[in-house]
Amino acid sequence: METTAPQLFKITFDGIEIEVPPGTTIMQAARQLGPKYAPPAMCYYEPLKGTGGKCRACLVKVTAGSAKDPRPMPKLIPSCITTVQDGMEVENTTNESVLEARKGIVEFLLINHPLDCPVCDQAGECHLQDFAFEHGRVTTRYEEERRTFEKHDIGPYVQLHMTRCILCYRCVFTADQITNKRVHGVLNRGDHAEISTYIEKAIDNDFSGNVIDVCPVGALTDKTYRFKNRVWFTKPVEAHCDCEKCSGKVTLWYRGDEVIRVTARKNEWGEVKEFICNTCRFERKKTSEWTIEEPTKISRHSVIMANKYRADLKKPDFGLKVAAAQYKEIDDSRPYLTDNNTIRELSKENNAKANQRSLAENN
Amino acid sequence: MQLTNRSKQVSNKQMTFAERIYLPAIATGLGITIKHFFQKKVTLQYPDVKINLGPVFRGRHVLKRDDQGRERCTACGLCAVACPAEAISMVAAERQKGEETLYREEKYAAVYEINMLRCIFCGLCEEACPKQAIYLRHDEFVPVFTERDQVIWGKDLLAENMNNRYLRKAWTKEEAREQDIKGVEAQPRTQL
Repeated sequence: METTAPQLFKITFDGIEIEVPPGTTIMQAARQLGPKYAPPAMCYYEPLKGTGGKCRACLVKVTAGSAKDPRPMPKLIPSCITTVQDGMEVENTTNESVLEARKGIVEFLLINHPLDCPVCDQAGECHLQDFAFEHGRVTTRYEEERRTFEKHDIGPYVQLHMTRCILCYRCVFTADQITNKRVHGVLNRGDHAEISTYIEKAIDNDFSGNVIDVCPVGALTDKTYRFKNRVWFTKPVEAHCDCEKCSGKVTLWYRGDEVIRVTARKNEWGEVKEFICNTCRFERKKTSEWTIEEPTKISRHSVIMANKYRADLKKPDFGLKVAAAQYKEIDDSRPYLTDNNTIRELSKENNAKANQRSLAENN
Repeated sequence: MQLTNRSKQVSNKQMTFAERIYLPAIATGLGITIKHFFQKKVTLQYPDVKINLGPVFRGRHVLKRDDQGRERCTACGLCAVACPAEAISMVAAERQKGEETLYREEKYAAVYEINMLRCIFCGLCEEACPKQAIYLRHDEFVPVFTERDQVIWGKDLLAENMNNRYLRKAWTKEEAREQDIKGVEAQPRTQL
């Protein structure tokens, strides 16, 4: 008879052993170890089902396939769509061929990507910028003409720059899974493949603005934020509102006292867990419409923190532990009194008791 | 005990009569002074005469234009983020149709301001600029200002005058040294 308890697979990632449930991908296992170890991802987006396997940024070397068959896998494999097997050994940054392959991937992604970062609104929070900076070569070897597209206007809210697109398909999956009916997709094939809408149909779904957040590059940007300011001059603040359509949890980007952009909250992998509606994103741009929670926590090394004098707050672990150890439940069962007369009577009673006690002590 | 061999023997002997009247010493001193009357002067009459501070001196800022007179700056904000004194601020705008002769790129700086009281002339903006748009002139200083409104320089003062373009012999110290050897004249920078 088979056991019903979930059996854990033990894998070795960059020499670190972890146990993960079967069905986990190598990427998810690596992400459990932390951002230092996880391979980069350009197309994989955890909240969207079906993403991954397109950009090849997350290639890793599997030096032992499993405990039963410990032969290495012949080629580098994409970690975001490969599930783990028991006894698998994976090398990410410890393998020279992986790092060399990533340089090649960056080069391929940048072949048709224009170097217009000074103009692009995504600069500063662009995944391709980070990827190229961390894993790429310093210079380009590409001399041929870059691919260009006719400009498409896809509505008043979203700006499409097709030349910047790396065809990760994230926005297509977003439209498929978040919205009811998709009006945009990838047209044509090969070098001519482009994100577009059929017959210039405007994107008018309530959640269509989320394609901006999922886009790893500046191909889909916020038209209401277009050229307003650079990301690193704005100050992100966590806020929420009562929205009937979405969770209402957003990040507001301030310039001075003015909200110039609203985005969904992104986690440490740059992924949005709770998608927000277009009303929140494009129309609520007043502080009075939001309840502000706290400044967004951003890595001190991010360019968004440049020229901001707030230390990245990290509360000391020890203090929190002491507080947890000394925590006592408070008796909340007493009735909550609002009647003035009762309170006065009770206070008289309490005073009498206290007086008696002190007199008793004195005697 | 001798610690070093640089020590000198000091004598306390009495001066002779010739030494005591000091006249020969005075004559020697005057001789030195008079000799300098006929030598080349080391001082300059500063506001009238200016010294060449070399090709990579960091003077006042200029916002360069390209060969066709279009502004190079795209308001990317890298100079402002690189500026340690936070002297630079800008507001970007989108280029409209028909303005292609004015601005090089899709985006341009509608407002570009440098606070000259804050600026420390470190040249980091020049280094950060990806479009080779901002330079510190090697031949002009920021003039002395006496009024508050002269302190913040806008694009009217910073943008390059096409009739009197800013030329520089070299753009780095190494280049300057090389060109000094070759004896090359100043060239406008044409490459992007």
